[in-house]
Amino acid sequence: MLLELRALEVRYGGIRAVRGIDLAVGAGELVCLIGGNGAGKTSTLKAISGLLPLAGGSLRYDGEEIADLPVYERPRRGLVMVPEGRGIFAQLTVAENLAMGAYARRDREVQADLERQYETFPRLAERRGQVAGTLSGGEQQMLAMARALMTRPRLLLLDEPSMGLAPLMVMRIFEVVRTIARQGVTILLVEQNARLALEVAARGYVMESGAITLEGDAKSLLGDARVREAYLGETAAQGEDSWSVEAQ
Amino acid sequence: MTPLLRAEAVSKSFGGVRALHKVSFTIAAGEIYGLIGPNGAGKTTLFNVLTGLYRLDAGRFSFDSAPLEGLAPDKVAARGIARTFQNIRLFANLSALENVMIGRHLRTRAGVFGAMLRTRATRAEEAAIEGRALELLDYVGIRARANDRAGSLPYGDQRRLEIARALATEPKLLALDEPAAGMNPTEAEVLKRLIARIRADGMTVLLIEHNMRLVMNLCDRVLVLDYGERIAEGAPAAVQRDARVIEAYLGVAPEDHAQAGTRDAA
Amino acid sequence: MSGAGRIERIAGSRAGVAMVTLALILLPFVLTQVGTSWVRILNFALLYVLLALGLNIVVGFAGLLDLGYIAFYAVGAYVYALLAGPQFGLHLPFWIILPIGALVAALFGVLLGAPTLKLRGDYIAMVTLGFGEIIRIFLNNLSQPFNLTNGPQGLARLDPLRLGEFDFSTRQEIAGFDFSGPMKTYYLLVLVAIAIIVITLRLQNSRIGRAWEAVREDETAARAMGINTTRIKLLAFAMGASFGGVAGGIFSSIQGFISPESFVLHESIIVVAMVVLGGMGNIPGVVLGALLLSFAPEVLRWTVTPVQEALFGRMLIEPEVIRILLYGFALVLIMHFRPAGLLPSAVRKRELEATRA
Repeated sequence: MLLELRALEVRYGGIRAVRGIDLAVGAGELVCLIGGNGAGKTSTLKAISGLLPLAGGSLRYDGEEIADLPVYERPRRGLVMVPEGRGIFAQLTVAENLAMGAYARRDREVQADLERQYETFPRLAERRGQVAGTLSGGEQQMLAMARALMTRPRLLLLDEPSMGLAPLMVMRIFEVVRTIARQGVTILLVEQNARLALEVAARGYVMESGAITLEGDAKSLLGDARVREAYLGETAAQGEDSWSVEAQ
Repeated sequence: MTPLLRAEAVSKSFGGVRALHKVSFTIAAGEIYGLIGPNGAGKTTLFNVLTGLYRLDAGRFSFDSAPLEGLAPDKVAARGIARTFQNIRLFANLSALENVMIGRHLRTRAGVFGAMLRTRATRAEEAAIEGRALELLDYVGIRARANDRAGSLPYGDQRRLEIARALATEPKLLALDEPAAGMNPTEAEVLKRLIARIRADGMTVLLIEHNMRLVMNLCDRVLVLDYGERIAEGAPAAVQRDARVIEAYLGVAPEDHAQAGTRDAA
Repeated sequence: MSGAGRIERIAGSRAGVAMVTLALILLPFVLTQVGTSWVRILNFALLYVLLALGLNIVVGFAGLLDLGYIAFYAVGAYVYALLAGPQFGLHLPFWIILPIGALVAALFGVLLGAPTLKLRGDYIAMVTLGFGEIIRIFLNNLSQPFNLTNGPQGLARLDPLRLGEFDFSTRQEIAGFDFSGPMKTYYLLVLVAIAIIVITLRLQNSRIGRAWEAVREDETAARAMGINTTRIKLLAFAMGASFGGVAGGIFSSIQGFISPESFVLHESIIVVAMVVLGGMGNIPGVVLGALLLSFAPEVLRWTVTPVQEALFGRMLIEPEVIRILLYGFALVLIMHFRPAGLLPSAVRKRELEATRA
C-alpha cells in the first residue's frame, strides 16, 4: 500500500473531526472518499498532507511513518494535495504558477513536464501568459491540478475538484482525473458529487461523523441503497429520474 | 403583475473584457429565477452590479418600481436586496449567532448614545435582535451551531449561515450565489426545500447554481448567460433542451445525462 | 466565554466590587510609602489607559491601524491649554473644557479618518502616521503669522486642575488623612477611566460594536448587509479620538505646561504597542497592556543601576540604553509566546487558533 491510515484521529477546533479511521490506497489506485458536510473528509486530507496534526493513530506513506514529517517535506516525496478552493497564486501567470509547482525539483525534465501539462490541459496552453486570478473557476481548478502534477506526485490528494463548476466543466475535470490516473498517478479523491466520484474510482470509502461507515469497490457502493439515499439524493421510490422530473 | 426587478441592457466591462453585454430580464414578485451559465459567463458580475459592488457601464435596474443603479451596497440592501457570496464571505472569526445579529443592523436603530447609556429601548432592541437571529438560525437548520466560530462550520452550514444572515436584513429579493456548492445531492435536496420555503414565506429568489437538479426542480424561469450575453431564457424544461445551452453549458441533453449517470453534475 | 464577560462577572459580584474599590482607594497610600513620585507615575499610567482604550476602538474593534493616534491627545491638550491659560487670557472651567476637547478631537478624528476610508490595511497605517506628524508640525509652526500655539516653546502657566472650588493640585487634609495633589488627581483619573471602560464595554456589545466587528472582518460583506461602512468607520475614528481628547485635556491640566515635544510619533507607537500587547479588542487586556508598558520603563529606571552595580561592581551599560533594550526584548518575547496579546479577546483567540490549525 502506498498510503495507509490506521486509527487516524484529527481534532479541529476542539471537535474530534476524524475518529480513528483506517484507510488504504494502493500504488496506481484511484480511491474516493465521500460523505456529508462536516463528515471529516477534508480534515482527513489535511492530516495526510500535514496541514493538520494527528491527534492519534498512524499515517504511513511508502512504508514509512510520516506523521511527524514537516508539511513542506511531503511534496518532495511525491505526496501532493490540491486544496478545495484551489489555492492558486492569483497574481502570477499560468506559466509562473506551473513553474512554482516545480519549485522543489532539481532535474532537467521540468521543461518536458511543462509541455506535457499543456498537452493534458490545452486550455492552459492557450492562456499561459494570463494572470491566474482572471481565469474562470474551471480553468483555475485545472491550473491547480496541473501545478500539482508539476511536482511529479506519486500520490495526488484532490479535495472537491468539481466544487462550483458548471456541468460541462465538471465533466472535463473528471476526464482529466481519469487521464491523470491512467498516467500512473495514485489518487485519493474527496468529492461531494458522489456519483461521479464513484464512477471514476475503483474503490470508495464512505465517511460519516468522522468515521468510515462503508467501504468497498465503487460499483457496489453505487448500487448500495444506503449510499443512494444518503449521498446520491435518491429515495427508494425515485429511481432513475432525470433533472426535469418535477419541472415537466 | 409589475415585475419586482427589471434589468435593461445592463453592461459591464473590465479593462476591455466584456463581462456583461446588454443583459435584460425581469423577475416577478414571488418567483424563483435561475441564472446559469459557464464559469466566467458573468453571473457573479451581474450580482455585483445589482447589489452595488460594481458600477454599471450602461443600462439600468429598477427594483420595486424605483431605479436602483448608482446606489451604494448598503443602500441596495436597505431597498430590500440581500445576497450571499459564491466564495462565502462570513465574518469568519465571529460566532454564527453574531453573524446573523449583524444582519439585523439595517432594520434596527440603536446608536452610540443608546449603547453608552444602555437605555430601556436599547436593551429591548438587543433582546429582539438576538431573538430574531436565533429564530433565523433555527429556520435554516443550524441553531445548534449558534455559538461556534463561523469559519469553523462545515461548508454546507456556512452557506446556510450566509442565507440566515441575508434573511436577517428582511429582503424582498434574496440573491443566492451557488448555495449548493460543496453540498452532496442529499444535502442539496434539504437546501432545495429551504429555498422553496423561503419563497413560500413571500420572498423572491434569484439563484445562481450549477446543480442542475436544483435549478430544474426549483426555478420558475431560467436565464442562461455565456460570455456576458443572454443566450436563452425560459422555463427550465425548455432551456435544458436549447441547443446553445447544451453546447455552452450542459455538455449533453438531460436524457443523455440520465444514461451517462452524470446528471448530478454540481 | 469572552474575557470581557468574565471580568464583568467577577467585578459584578458584590464582593468583587468591594475588593476592587478598596484596592483602588488604598493604592496611592501604599505607593506613597514606596516613593512620592510613584503616584505621579501611576497617574500617567492611567492617562495611557485612557489613550489605549480610545485607540482600541479604532484598532481593536474596527480593525483600522491608526499610527497617528497621539494627534488627538495633542488636540485635547492644546484645547485645554488655549481655553485655560494665559495665551488668550481665557480661563474656562475644567468641566466645560473637557467635553469641548473631546468634541474637537472627535472632529479631528473624522477629518483625519476621512481620507483613509478607501484605503485598507497597511495603507491606513501609513496615512495616519503622516497625519499624526502633520499635527505635531502644525503645533510647532502655528506661532506665525498669528500666534496660536506658541510654537516649540509650548504653552505654560496653564490653570491647574480644578472642579469648582476643589483644587486637585494642592496638598489637603480630608477627614484626618493627608492627600497630596497627585493623589487627588489619581482618584479623578480612576473615575474617568472607569467611566470610559463602562462606555467601551457597552459599545462593544452593541449594534454599533457589532458593525465595527463586521467592518474589521469583511468590509464587502458588511456593506452587503446594509452597514454604511463610511459612517461606521468615521464613528470609530471619532469615538477613539474623543477619548484621546479627554486624556489630553487632563494631561494639560496636570502638567500646567505643554509643547509639541510630548506628541511625537514614538508616543503613537507606544500606545499601539499597549493595545497589541495587552490584547487587541479585549478591554481588560488593553488596560493591562497600558499599565504594564507605562510602569515597565519606570521600574527599569530604578532597578537597572543597582542591579548592575551588584552584579559587576560598576555600571557597564547606560540605564537609558538597557531600558530600551529590555523593553524591546520583552515585547518580542510576549509577541512570540502570546501572539494575540496577554489577555486576548475571544475573537482574536479563535482567529489565531484557526490559522495555526
